[in-house]
Amino acid sequence: METILFLAHTESDGSLGQAALESLAAARTLAAGLTGSTLIAGLVGGSVQSAADQIAGCGATRILGVAAADFASSRYSTDVVAVEALARAAAATIVIAPATSRWNRVLAGAAQRLDGRIDAHATGITAADGKPGLTRWYYRQRMEAVVQRTRRPWFILLEAGCAAAWNGPAGTAAVESVAAPLTDANRRTIVTGVQAPPTDQQTIRPDAKLLFVAGAGWTKAQPDGKAHSVEAEEIILDFLGKTKASLGSTKSLVDLSGEGQAVLKFMTHLNQVGQTGSTPRHPKGLATCCHGEEPHTVGWRFINERRAINLNPNCSWAQGKADVLYVADAFVVMRKVNALLAAK
Amino acid sequence: MPTSYHIVVCGSIVPDPLQTLEPVTTPTGPALKNELLLPAVLDPWAGHALFEAAHLAKQHPGSKVWLVSIGPKAKLQQVMMTVAQKVPFELIAIDGPAGGFTESAEIAAALAEAIQGLPGLDKSRLLVFGGWESATRGAGTTLQMVGERLGIVDQFQGVDQLTVRPDGSFQVLERIEGGRHQVSSCGALPALCGWATGNLPEPPNNPQVGMLNMRTVMPALQRAKPTKISNEGVTFPSVSLPKQRRETKIVKDMPPDDIAREIVEWIGKE
Repeated sequence: METILFLAHTESDGSLGQAALESLAAARTLAAGLTGSTLIAGLVGGSVQSAADQIAGCGATRILGVAAADFASSRYSTDVVAVEALARAAAATIVIAPATSRWNRVLAGAAQRLDGRIDAHATGITAADGKPGLTRWYYRQRMEAVVQRTRRPWFILLEAGCAAAWNGPAGTAAVESVAAPLTDANRRTIVTGVQAPPTDQQTIRPDAKLLFVAGAGWTKAQPDGKAHSVEAEEIILDFLGKTKASLGSTKSLVDLSGEGQAVLKFMTHLNQVGQTGSTPRHPKGLATCCHGEEPHTVGWRFINERRAINLNPNCSWAQGKADVLYVADAFVVMRKVNALLAAK
Repeated sequence: MPTSYHIVVCGSIVPDPLQTLEPVTTPTGPALKNELLLPAVLDPWAGHALFEAAHLAKQHPGSKVWLVSIGPKAKLQQVMMTVAQKVPFELIAIDGPAGGFTESAEIAAALAEAIQGLPGLDKSRLLVFGGWESATRGAGTTLQMVGERLGIVDQFQGVDQLTVRPDGSFQVLERIEGGRHQVSSCGALPALCGWATGNLPEPPNNPQVGMLNMRTVMPALQRAKPTKISNEGVTFPSVSLPKQRRETKIVKDMPPDDIAREIVEWIGKE
């Protein structure tokens, strides 16, 4: 018998985001699979009533809330107090939360305070033979394991896109307010804002249907013996503008940027995909001027359909890592792709 | 606010990313096939944390950098031969497992104990650094628990930039969704930063720094305290490699016009 706490924070508009609703669905499924279990919801935010109303029909026996201006934005020192208070108030044995950047940076600390354990980046939560378990990847998406634990409370951070979002009826929820007392020490860090590139220069789009990866080949000497970085920039930005794809990169290309070489100016470490970069989720991915070496392609684990353009027919994409490898010059092909997209 | 820092970097070793990894079952749980024979490197994000620490220490004379590392002694020694040539630090070695299937809470306990035992450590000048996630477990949980054990509540994860202001307070940029950064300022120490990539390139090897570091690295390795990680309460019913290997269609000699048409059609398909 488990007491499952679905834990979520509100978005800036006071609602619950897609990832939170996916975690709610996973928590409900787990509660249904473990006989005698109880589902409780715990919400954190500046105000939680509208979020509570949004999930009023989710079947939670209680909806607990920590709400105050101090909890409106992501800050470790205050969030850890809120999470601890909610988990204690619920007497939770399992806590399921979406793997947002906000929860990723605080739930392990809360688990420590409660003498519990935590698994982050879970990709599935199951109940088999009356025992809860989860799947997650190790060694940067290179091997997958099923994990079970006897220690409680057990915190689980579920990755986005791993469950269908809960889509039940809204209503009017009665929120039990939970006290999360703060001291001045909890307010020493002040969140001053968010820094983002201008909208027209934002190249990372997590919700895009296509990931476009540019490798270091875009900055190398072309058949005329010269590098054409400016033209490469134009081609890539033109393509991103027309398709609204998300831009990824290899480590070698973003490292060149860091070393101050004349490369693609819009490329930063945030674009990096792979071992020391991100592992984005998109239905399709197109790699260009990139060899598809393992440290990069581990970041493609959750890209369903994969195509690549590379001059080398023996590159790693040809070794079972892509569905289609076009052996061609990406400069030429992408120029023509842009022309076709413009004519549409 | 202090003008010099005690910076403790937590960082371990990982198999070289170019190696093929295969899981095996051992009496103590899952592990990697030939784990002790695989070439190892410093965990990449922990490496960035170390380079940022050294950079910060250089800017603030009187600062000191420790690298607290848990791993099999022989592997640590091998990796330190290279790392020690990069930046100045004092190694605190803990002899224990460094694999991905070890329990982060137990690793955190060992790291926190080692940090608490550092002679002369001044908590009012303390910055704890590390990689925000390892390349083994990749959970991003260990540092938070180290911070909690040390009583540090000003914690930041996915850090790409830390800027010390003239008044000694500092500004931190943490990665959040959508390629953005959350900007925070903090006016007190101790604090903890789990670094992402940061902005610094890997420093070139400097044999002089290497010689200086090796004076403390070898004794630290000899003194390394053995730590047992029991993985209490956790079981792994299965560990497997992804089975999916794609049947790659290699398209040669297709005119660029046709390739472009095919790609545009593919992109447009639902």
